[in-house]
Amino acid sequence: MPSDSTLHKALAKPAVRTQTAQPTPRPEWRHIHAPDARSATTAHLPRRQGFRELKLFLRNPNAIFGMVVLLTMALCALTAPLIFPRDPLAMVSRPFLWPGQDPAFPLGTDSMGRDVLAGLVHGARISLYVGLAATALGLGVGIIVGALAGYFGGLTDRILSRLIEIFQTLPSFVLVVVLVAIIGPNATTITVSIAIVTWPTVARLTRAEFRSLRENDFVIAARSLGFGHAHIIFREILPNALPPIIVTSSVMVAGAILMESALSFMGLGDPNVVSWGSMIGGGREMIRTAWYLTALPGLAIVVTVLALNLIGDGLNDALNPRFSEDRL
Amino acid sequence: MTAVLSVEDLSVHFGPARPVDRVSFHVNPRETLAIVGESGSGKSLTALSMMGLLPRNAKVSGRVLIQTPQGPADMLGLPEKRRRLLRGKQIAMVFQEPMTSLNPVHSIGHQIEEVLIAHENLDRAARRTRVLELMNLVRIPDAARRIDDYPHQLSGGMRQRVMIAMAVACRPRILIADEATTALDVTIQAQILQLLDNLRRELDVAVVLITHDLGVVSQWADRVVVMYAGLHVEQATPAQLFGDPLHPYSYGLLRASPRSDAGLTYRDAPLAEIPGSIASARGEVGCPFRPRCPAAREVCGTVQPPPIQHRGDRLVACHFPGILTQEERHVAAYA
Repeated sequence: MPSDSTLHKALAKPAVRTQTAQPTPRPEWRHIHAPDARSATTAHLPRRQGFRELKLFLRNPNAIFGMVVLLTMALCALTAPLIFPRDPLAMVSRPFLWPGQDPAFPLGTDSMGRDVLAGLVHGARISLYVGLAATALGLGVGIIVGALAGYFGGLTDRILSRLIEIFQTLPSFVLVVVLVAIIGPNATTITVSIAIVTWPTVARLTRAEFRSLRENDFVIAARSLGFGHAHIIFREILPNALPPIIVTSSVMVAGAILMESALSFMGLGDPNVVSWGSMIGGGREMIRTAWYLTALPGLAIVVTVLALNLIGDGLNDALNPRFSEDRL
Repeated sequence: MTAVLSVEDLSVHFGPARPVDRVSFHVNPRETLAIVGESGSGKSLTALSMMGLLPRNAKVSGRVLIQTPQGPADMLGLPEKRRRLLRGKQIAMVFQEPMTSLNPVHSIGHQIEEVLIAHENLDRAARRTRVLELMNLVRIPDAARRIDDYPHQLSGGMRQRVMIAMAVACRPRILIADEATTALDVTIQAQILQLLDNLRRELDVAVVLITHDLGVVSQWADRVVVMYAGLHVEQATPAQLFGDPLHPYSYGLLRASPRSDAGLTYRDAPLAEIPGSIASARGEVGCPFRPRCPAAREVCGTVQPPPIQHRGDRLVACHFPGILTQEERHVAAYA
């Protein structure tokens, strides 16, 4: 059939062209003969610079370092059940083995005789999960609320701003503690609680960015071309507002990891899962005799947070075309 | 010949201020209509009203009728969703500042393509081809190499060409150029105006040229609407306006334009000016030009002159049309 239909089209074309009936004679686009339009060399040209941002990001050594660290952490977290199939909370050896004392437990054991390395690897799961999930949730809610408030202004802005302020007046960590205490500790509730206290920051930032960006000429130009509000918010303004949001989000992941650690440290974490915070909490009484029990999970947190900050900086540089122009 | 756009009795209010006051005009197919006036005369607000893009605190009355294939549509009376379909597709606009009117984070090819996505049903390859056609159409040299450039990599003139490509991407019937060449230097200005004029013919589009530059008007316009303090004070062809201005304000505008043939340098003899400044747009009685008008009489302070037909197709809102021109001739006769 394909040959048949093309034939039909070819036959139909002249008929369409002659049909230039009066009230609105709008000829087909094709009659325009701009120089070298539709020539073989220019039509179907492949898209250049498609992965420009990625290339720029990969050219930044700090960002690569952060990415490598984070990916290693993520890989550990994902493969933890394969590397250490045993429950990391199980007693496997005598307590207080120092790192290097026993090759079977390279990072030693804690006061209960549990493998510290297994704990760190399994702990990466909950830390990264909570950090990333809470940030994603917080970002999603924050960006939508902030964008609506900043873009529409007026009554919408007033209502949403009051809502943001209500959440901001509450001390965030206390709110997390209360929420977790009420709804019970597990990874999901901790994630949701952290998202509840972090979205107002994103919302305020997004709102401020939108308020200044919506006054830009390109917004009215976009409206004059017939774009809808959703298109203007998400495809015209949001990409311009992203750099500060992305930087904030990398710090938010770090903050969420710290917050989860603090909860676990206080014993409000999920009791059935090992996490970096709970390891620090468990080791704090032995800090003078066995300091490695707090230092090692602490180091894991520091390195992860640092990696996230480096990634945030790298993303910021790569996503801003003006800033990165001279480095391409 | 039916008008592609007719503005009927358009008024815009901001609280007590009325920066656009009962303006009526129409745009014929394929013509260039210039709207001239000084800053604050309501030209840009008129343009934004035609697009239905006034700020929310503006109260607007009157009608802006746009010819569509489905018949005339009133931009001001339609719900926002229907207006959106008109913008870009039937009526489009090019703005003054090419530096800031393009989105800095998208490549120019992508930005032109977005317009096609919004209004036309084309597949990816066809869109890409059309983008290149459009870039060639607005004479962007080496379009294939430029398509993925970002706005900051282009000069002001090139950016304005991109803006024009976006505006004509869906073949609107009306193109409004709101001071589109003011931010460019003179040589580029001429190129852009030439481009607009070519597009007018090639794409069968009517151009509304909003400007304060009488030189632009004399060269490129088919008809001129002169605005003062939100009022439509005179309408004529450039030849009529420049040869025989009927409204004292038009006369003043022409006198205040530097002319190269005057045989004097303005360092030695000052350029003529219209005394005073544009009246506040608050509704006062009488003619709004009265405080600055050298020919004002008593009646000008009490009755606001409505735009009336004068000598066939011209419109003028003055109790004494042509009075200054007559006086000038009078003086010249005795000199």
